[in-house]
Amino acid sequence: MTNEAFSVIGQPLPKIDAWGKVTGETRYADDLFLPRMAYAKLLRSQHPHARITRIDTTRAKALPGVFAVITGHDLPPVKFGILPVSQDEDALCRDKVRMVGDAVAAVAAIDEETAERACELIEVGYEPLRPLMSIEESLAHPEVRIHEYGDGPNVHKMVALQFGDVDAAFASSHLVREDVFFFEGNTHLPMEQHAAVAHATADGKLTLWSSTQTPHYVHRLLTKILDMPGPHIRVIATPVGGGFGGKLDPFAHEIAACRLSQLCGRPVKIALTREEVFYVHRGRHPVLMWLKTGFTRDGDITASHIRTWLDGGAYGSYGVASTFYTGVINPVTYKMPVYKFEGARIFTNKPPCGPKRGHGTPQPRFALECQLDKAAEQLGLDPADMRRRIVAEPFTKTANHLTITTIGLRECFDRVVEACGWRDKRAQFPRDNARPNAPAKKKGIGIAGSAYMTGAGTAIYWNSMPHSGVIVRADRSGGVAVLCGATDIGQGSDSILAYLVAEVLGIDPKDIRVHAADTDLTPVDLGSYSSRVTLMCGVAAIQAAGKLRQAIFDAVAKKLEVGADALAARDRKVGVADDWEKAVTFAQAAELGEAMHGVLAFAGSYAPPKRAGKYKGGGVGPSPCYSYSASAVEVTVDEETGEVHLDDIWIAHDVGRALNPLLVEGQVEGSVYMGIGEALMEGQIFRKGLHKQPSMLDYKSPTTLETPEIHTTLVETDDPEGPFGAKEAGQGPLLPVIPAIANAIYHAVGVRIDEVPISPEMVLKGLELKRQGKPARIGREKLPLMHWKDPLAVESAFGQPAEDVAVRPFGDAGPAGKK
Amino acid sequence: MMRLPPFKYLPSRSVADAVKYMSDHGSDAMLVAGGTDLYPNLKRRQFEPKVLVGLRGVRELAGVRPADGGLTIGAGTTLTRVATHPDVRRDYPALATAAGLVSSPQLRNMGTIGGNVCVDTRCNYYNQSHAWRKAIGFCMKKDGDICLVAPGSPRCWAVSSSDTAPVLWSLGASVRLVGPDGERVIPISALYRDDGIEYLGKRRDEVLTDIVLPPADGWKSAYLKLRRRGSFDFPVLGVAVAVRLDGDVVRDARIALGAVASTPRESTEAARLLVGERLTIDVITRVADRAAAPSKPLDNTDFTHPYRKKMTRVFVGRALRQIAGLPESGGSSEEIA
Ligand SMILES: Cc1cc2nc3c(=O)[nH]c(=O)nc-3n(C[C@H](O)[C@H](O)[C@H](O)COP(=O)(O)OP(=O)(O)OC[C@H]3O[C@@H](n4cnc5c(N)ncnc54)[C@H](O)[C@@H]3O)c2cc1C
Ligand code: SF4
Repeated sequence: MTNEAFSVIGQPLPKIDAWGKVTGETRYADDLFLPRMAYAKLLRSQHPHARITRIDTTRAKALPGVFAVITGHDLPPVKFGILPVSQDEDALCRDKVRMVGDAVAAVAAIDEETAERACELIEVGYEPLRPLMSIEESLAHPEVRIHEYGDGPNVHKMVALQFGDVDAAFASSHLVREDVFFFEGNTHLPMEQHAAVAHATADGKLTLWSSTQTPHYVHRLLTKILDMPGPHIRVIATPVGGGFGGKLDPFAHEIAACRLSQLCGRPVKIALTREEVFYVHRGRHPVLMWLKTGFTRDGDITASHIRTWLDGGAYGSYGVASTFYTGVINPVTYKMPVYKFEGARIFTNKPPCGPKRGHGTPQPRFALECQLDKAAEQLGLDPADMRRRIVAEPFTKTANHLTITTIGLRECFDRVVEACGWRDKRAQFPRDNARPNAPAKKKGIGIAGSAYMTGAGTAIYWNSMPHSGVIVRADRSGGVAVLCGATDIGQGSDSILAYLVAEVLGIDPKDIRVHAADTDLTPVDLGSYSSRVTLMCGVAAIQAAGKLRQAIFDAVAKKLEVGADALAARDRKVGVADDWEKAVTFAQAAELGEAMHGVLAFAGSYAPPKRAGKYKGGGVGPSPCYSYSASAVEVTVDEETGEVHLDDIWIAHDVGRALNPLLVEGQVEGSVYMGIGEALMEGQIFRKGLHKQPSMLDYKSPTTLETPEIHTTLVETDDPEGPFGAKEAGQGPLLPVIPAIANAIYHAVGVRIDEVPISPEMVLKGLELKRQGKPARIGREKLPLMHWKDPLAVESAFGQPAEDVAVRPFGDAGPAGKK
Repeated sequence: MMRLPPFKYLPSRSVADAVKYMSDHGSDAMLVAGGTDLYPNLKRRQFEPKVLVGLRGVRELAGVRPADGGLTIGAGTTLTRVATHPDVRRDYPALATAAGLVSSPQLRNMGTIGGNVCVDTRCNYYNQSHAWRKAIGFCMKKDGDICLVAPGSPRCWAVSSSDTAPVLWSLGASVRLVGPDGERVIPISALYRDDGIEYLGKRRDEVLTDIVLPPADGWKSAYLKLRRRGSFDFPVLGVAVAVRLDGDVVRDARIALGAVASTPRESTEAARLLVGERLTIDVITRVADRAAAPSKPLDNTDFTHPYRKKMTRVFVGRALRQIAGLPESGGSSEEIA
């Protein structure tokens, strides 16, 4: 379907919440004020690893202005965690702290200052334990246990999967490369610090307003953590000022606010400081990787084998999923006939890692794309041509049983190669750089590709209910309300709902009010993660709007005495296309509909096709469809300072269909920006058991000045799985940027940096090695000793045709979706 | 959010007010101008004054005036004003550059040059919240008695982090201080002490009222700043170079280094090598090699300290090339001389 067939879809419209956001009208969690509200603070551990011997809150309780003080003993004695397999958290630690920043007590008081002073009066006795601050340290000290559970001492999770005989394939390869890479951890750094207001009311019920990406999971877990019936808890997600995966778990501050409100009978607000946000974390895992890949003379991949070690931090969080993601997504980009993956997540005494934009995939993507460049050089191939050649086939399966539907990766490469002047620059820059007495600033250009999922194919807890639901309601005013459990975290999900419903009903998005993310009022949506919202809510919204349109068409058909099939809805009217004079307004149409059917309220539901691979672990990785990106980066590297300046970034993204190109470009640019930070400066660094730089000034994240011009091209493949063909755009475009930068640096100065973030010091060190005639590579060499378990051997599904495309358990988008 | 500790705020209308309030309250009081350095520090409890004496209402402190062939800049002049003032830009370009490179546009609109000259020394064990510092163990700059960067050291090595200080030093500026005993004018080099805690050579109750710049005749100046990002970040190396030329021959030169010690450091010996020479690539390379000697960074800022030391040489070379109108890098002596 071409974009001309649409009226709203494909238009560069402003977001429906744009006015509120730019004028400051939007009310975030910290903007909420309720009468008699109290303010809460958490007391956090100052030890990375210690047993709690005693907590005395007497002095804190006696401080005037203090309403309530709680410790872990004031909460039901249950551990929780976002994944059913990792129930290892206490909201307030009872026996042991596992990182600096672990919460041990909470206070509600008349104001924040008093709450803070009360926290200082709480006495906690600690018996320090040896802190384990790295993968190597945790593995080397099995006698010190951070947790008692897992797949070995301090090993949270170990995965080993093999799809086909990789060893045989390596043996018959023309070239086999083994490389080691390291990706430092980094954090989401949302502008909005987490905040929540809890209100336990006299009827014994509880409402929590929170800046969360997943009100549904918070609701579910609160029933367990607070030991309260689900119907008595209401969770409302306030507009989220940036999430990126950092607001996807239930957190100590939310739980403490709820309990404090129950105890003091007042609404309780809690707002984290920036430093606390660094402790809450759940960000990018530091990952050490070993990657072995075989190639033919022509650059085809014969086999790939990756080993990953994830530094998980102190708790499970989404870590089991993260571990899988470091291994399962690489095969959806390039043809890999046989594949092997071994991964292990290690506990350390640092803030827990979890899902950050790209969840678990930027690290192996960095490894693979840098290795492809090295192989291309050895094989004498152009890195762009080589990648183009090996792009996976549409509507096939990968070795690890993932189903690829549409794949626009080759076109992404073509568009980027053309836009950036790839061929000229690849040839010209080395010539310019080699001129005698040339300035210290050398230019280079690099490329990389990537893929990301459009929604996880399985929920976090096993169930066969919808992953997303939408209710569309219309009445005689002509107004339409859309109710959906999804959270707008700035990605524009409220707007997408409005556009889709407006498109189906032929009205203006402005006529629609979206009510989102309220567990009392909106159908369940699992949350804003894994790039699932546009696709899943989108299909459900089209389905619901299609049912509403059918009801209205039936009524209008009767009035106009035509068949409902003859009707069209556009420009806020419903009528017959070639007799538009007689068309009725949408408000009149709704009136007719109400008269015929009663209340006009219709639901849409979505669950992804059931495609989990039939082996243990096959549930992580499947997605209705995958988005693809290619990026080229032009850099200038200063050989005297080692500084890397980004000159231009080109990116092409296969988004299936751009429902709103302005929004998609915004997501692409935001992803690129985030990738730049991960490539060149961001790092969660620890010193003496503490986060070294828990502030916006000292945790270096790029500014607009470090962000070059970003040239975005959108590629449309009209995927049968997506709403009007759309795939994701919020995470995938981050992925290729990081390796493309590393590859560009190599092109500029001949230094291979197999580790991010890439610092000026590393570049200088590489240049020094080069001058000494040594291999100019910077990066880790040693791998931790690890006894991998025997892999689960599964046959490779590589090349098999895709089955069950667009088979949705709760039905299709409906006739409206096809138009 | 992080909260300010309680304090009493005394707004001054004149320098005399401020001096009086300061001497009335002794060590309980601190001066505050734009507050861009002090307020964040208060939130982290790096200072816990009972009284703040406000300078924002003191009109006489703001403004740039010609004086004795040079310029006098009131301590209350904002950094934005200093960076954009036509006389400063024409005669003391390095100062305009340095002022314009301080933190971010918003902070330059609030921050004053007086506050910048007096800005607290920095260390990444010290610029942290009270809870963080407690967790790692307090250091002697506040609440503790050891140095975490150089354990065993009897002194604090927190870093002089003002952008304008090394430039003013290289320009031979003086400062006017007004205290209970009257006023005095001292060279800026005398304002600083090589100590991370007592880093200012002035009494607590002395107000810095003016920065006095000598005539600019024949002097050319440049300032280069090392930091991770193009905005926000404090310098982790600042190189200020001023050269007086007679035709193309150097008659006088000063090189001052910022952010590599607790005070700006002067590379006197390297500057001396310039005198009587033409600014050729060879001469510049030789001088730059020497200039790094007084640069003594430790591991308490962003970047590694060996890197900051290494960059001192590169930045001195580049600053001199800028003054000489040579390309930033590359070229050979034969080609350009
Ligand atoms: C995020 C951030 C980034 C920053 N980046 C930089 C940077 O890149 N470079 C840089 O140099 N600074 C930087 N700063 C520090 C600060 O913003 C500037 O140094 C600014 O010029 C301070 O001026 P102020 O008027 O705000 O000083 P204030 O905060 O008011 O005062 C600073 C100190 O000077 C004293 N003081 C102020 N005026 C006088 C006076 N007239 N007489 C005697 N003592 C006085 C105060 O008592 C106080 O000790 C940064 C600050 C922040 C928060
Ligand atoms: S240099 Fe030493 S004493 Fe000074 S602030 Fe840093 S750690 Fe503290």
